[in-house]
Amino acid sequence: MADEVNQEAPRESGRPQQSRGAERGDRGDRGDRGGSGRDQGRKFFRRKKVCRFCVEKIDDINYKDVRLLQQFVAERGKIVPRRLTGVCTPHQRRLTAAIKRARNIALLPFAAR
Amino acid sequence: MQRSYEVMFIVRPDLMEEDIDKLISTLQTHATNAGATVSHVEKMGKRRLAYDVKKFQEGQYVLFTLATDGKAIHELERRMRVAEPIIKFITVRTDEEHQRLEKIRKLRAARTKRPPAEAAPAEAESPAVTA
Repeated sequence: MADEVNQEAPRESGRPQQSRGAERGDRGDRGDRGGSGRDQGRKFFRRKKVCRFCVEKIDDINYKDVRLLQQFVAERGKIVPRRLTGVCTPHQRRLTAAIKRARNIALLPFAAR
Repeated sequence: MQRSYEVMFIVRPDLMEEDIDKLISTLQTHATNAGATVSHVEKMGKRRLAYDVKKFQEGQYVLFTLATDGKAIHELERRMRVAEPIIKFITVRTDEEHQRLEKIRKLRAARTKRPPAEAAPAEAESPAVTA
């Protein structure tokens, strides 16, 4: 289960909605390292996750695209929550629908093994 | 009411290639008789199923893209349920999704077209603002 977290090297940037505009999202990889305010209580540093669909401008989350969907499904076939992948709410909603559709036509498992 | 649909179904793996073609053409004629226009048929080939369906571990996927009303879809689904070689199928309505994608594409095209047009006046204006 631990490997769910390493989705797609979340790049540091603003909120997903912002990064959709210009490419101001990828200004260096370690913008505010060392704690953005609320992270200060914790000992470790956490990168800001960014919605992959917003960044790569994937509009169409299709149930046939198994390769894409598989990245958001855990080993046992569960849908990985937003808080682990960093996907924004509207995209997670579409993603969930697509995964469920793919399950219905045996492209993805309901429960693996 | 014309809508666009995608119908994906899985044919049992032990069916011969020509039998699949036959099955597809019969389904297609049934669909057209029911008032649908089949715009695209795609055989997606043999794939391993994510779970067993009717004790089969793999299946041959076929995808129909069609424009029709609900009645024809209902008829097509009934036929697929009866057809023995079809082990699973799914119907997805796509017209709303297509509309949404079209809208996004237009929005994006408009957005990408504007910046170069805006960039030139902006440069001309900025000295005026500072002055």
